[in-house]
Amino acid sequence: MSRLLEIKNLDVSFEQEQGLARALRGVDFLLSSGETHALVGESGSGKTVTSMAIMGLLPIPPGKINQGEILFQGKNLLMLTESEKRILRGKEIGMIFQEPAKYLNPAYKIGEQIAETLMTHFQTDRKAATQQALEFLHLVGLGKNKRVLGSYPHELSGGMKQRAMIAMAICCHPALLIADEPTTALDVTLQLQILRLIHRLKRKFTMGILFISHDLGVVNEISDKISVIYAGKIVESATKNQLFENPLHPYTKLLLLSIPDAAKRGTRLRVIPGTVPDAEHIPAGCSFHPRCPLAEDICHGEIPASIDYDSGHFAACHFVGKKWIDSSK
Amino acid sequence: MLIISTIVFLVIRVIPGDPALVIAGIDASESDIKAIRAKLGTDKPILTQYVDWIWKVMRFDFDTSMISGQPVTQLILERLPLTLTLALMGLVISIFIAIPLGVVSAVKRWSAWDYLGMIFSQIGMAIPSFWLGIILLLLLSVKIKLFPLFGGGTLKHLVLPAISLGIARAAVLLRLTRAAMIEELSKEYVVAARSKGLTERMVNYKHALKNALLPVITIAGIQLGYMLGGAIIIEQVFSLPGLGRLFLFGVYQRDFPLIQGGVVFVAFIFSFINFTVDILYSVLNPRIRIS
Repeated sequence: MSRLLEIKNLDVSFEQEQGLARALRGVDFLLSSGETHALVGESGSGKTVTSMAIMGLLPIPPGKINQGEILFQGKNLLMLTESEKRILRGKEIGMIFQEPAKYLNPAYKIGEQIAETLMTHFQTDRKAATQQALEFLHLVGLGKNKRVLGSYPHELSGGMKQRAMIAMAICCHPALLIADEPTTALDVTLQLQILRLIHRLKRKFTMGILFISHDLGVVNEISDKISVIYAGKIVESATKNQLFENPLHPYTKLLLLSIPDAAKRGTRLRVIPGTVPDAEHIPAGCSFHPRCPLAEDICHGEIPASIDYDSGHFAACHFVGKKWIDSSK
Repeated sequence: MLIISTIVFLVIRVIPGDPALVIAGIDASESDIKAIRAKLGTDKPILTQYVDWIWKVMRFDFDTSMISGQPVTQLILERLPLTLTLALMGLVISIFIAIPLGVVSAVKRWSAWDYLGMIFSQIGMAIPSFWLGIILLLLLSVKIKLFPLFGGGTLKHLVLPAISLGIARAAVLLRLTRAAMIEELSKEYVVAARSKGLTERMVNYKHALKNALLPVITIAGIQLGYMLGGAIIIEQVFSLPGLGRLFLFGVYQRDFPLIQGGVVFVAFIFSFINFTVDILYSVLNPRIRIS
């Protein structure tokens, strides 16, 4: 499997009135082609900033990329000109968003919004583009009739809107699909349908998927690999099985313990005390130490390095293999 | 409409002044004046006059002018084309200034264009249109003789009045366009449009602009109504024989049917414009279209 997307030491900050917000503090990430790699974290941990940085859509200023590389098929995206990035967007990298209702333009028909993407990237006329749009709507399960094509977003249900958005994102056969919480705004019954659709399309077009979510349950359904992000830094990265069976970072462990489990009915659901720190006030040392049950003096002063503990299972904690959380509590 | 016609009917009868006196002249005898009042029907009780008039209005009959004796409808229709052309030209001018400048101001915020737009709208809102009209007359008609000084008949006569009318409206519309456009550009669908690789031109002028135009069109329609009102003053400045002058002389001479007819007519135009705007709005905004 070739390296499709590789992020190296990406550091992004935002100049704000309250001070400098350090959104990403050296993110490292590797996504191979044809793989679904989930980026998991709480709100404000830097998931969306990462995806916007890949798309080249960070607002600069106030945003600033301080250092790092984003290699897509070997090219450093941060070195490209605006027009080179624009050609990549939509064609090589597609993106779907959390709330399709907001991310679809209310004033244009679905067919038009798909067709314009095709017309931008290929030398097709409107008629051919509309025909292709129809085929993609069929592919995402919206039927092969012209009704959806001629509908405005408000005329469709939430699930249909998300399907239409997916059709829009994959209509140019991108090598990479970024899915930013694509199921969060949907009903639970629809979530699974959309996840299966994304999985099916990934197989069909051999896309790599960067799947952004805060929900480990959803991530468990779809991903091959998982990276856990906390306060702008990846704290653990592993295959799905490694991560679920043997979490190494206390944050990951606590996240897993906070998933409701039918087998543990009647016991109190575990929550992680405290909240993600503001990007303006990131604690010194390991940024998780104020919430960590294992924290000792070293955690206050020293940022733990990310170390490969088991054939590609990375974690950044001082106490891997030395101390562990008692999950029975 | 009924409320408006009632109010105007009452107001013009409350203000002092008797059309019979105007017609008869200063030297007329008491009996002459009484005869004229009887002929005009102003000697009848107010309620009778009111019922008579409303009954006629409902059949689109605005009565005849007390002074000239011509039907009010005919008088209005004679003067309407000029005033309507003037207002429409003013609207076109204000739209052609406001929308492009407002959009560019929003897209290139804090650029030279944006400051130019802001300065323009500040000045445009601050100066009264009749003053602008006089200045334009002085500069372009008296000094340079580019445009005729007064009179009507050709479109050239209407250019300066339309500009004086349009500038102030453009200033308001520009602010609105800029604000609407900035709001739309901050919406999520703009990010999605960029993520599809569309050019900035497409994102700005196709995706954001269509949504931003919705409030702009509503206000532009209302502005057209204001311009009909503004035309009354401007017609004085440029001595144009339009509706404004017609109504103004009607008021001077206490020509009751003319004033009443005029006000009802203008109210009708207002409603008609609002109706048209609503239709236009539903064409542009698919969300309120009735399926």
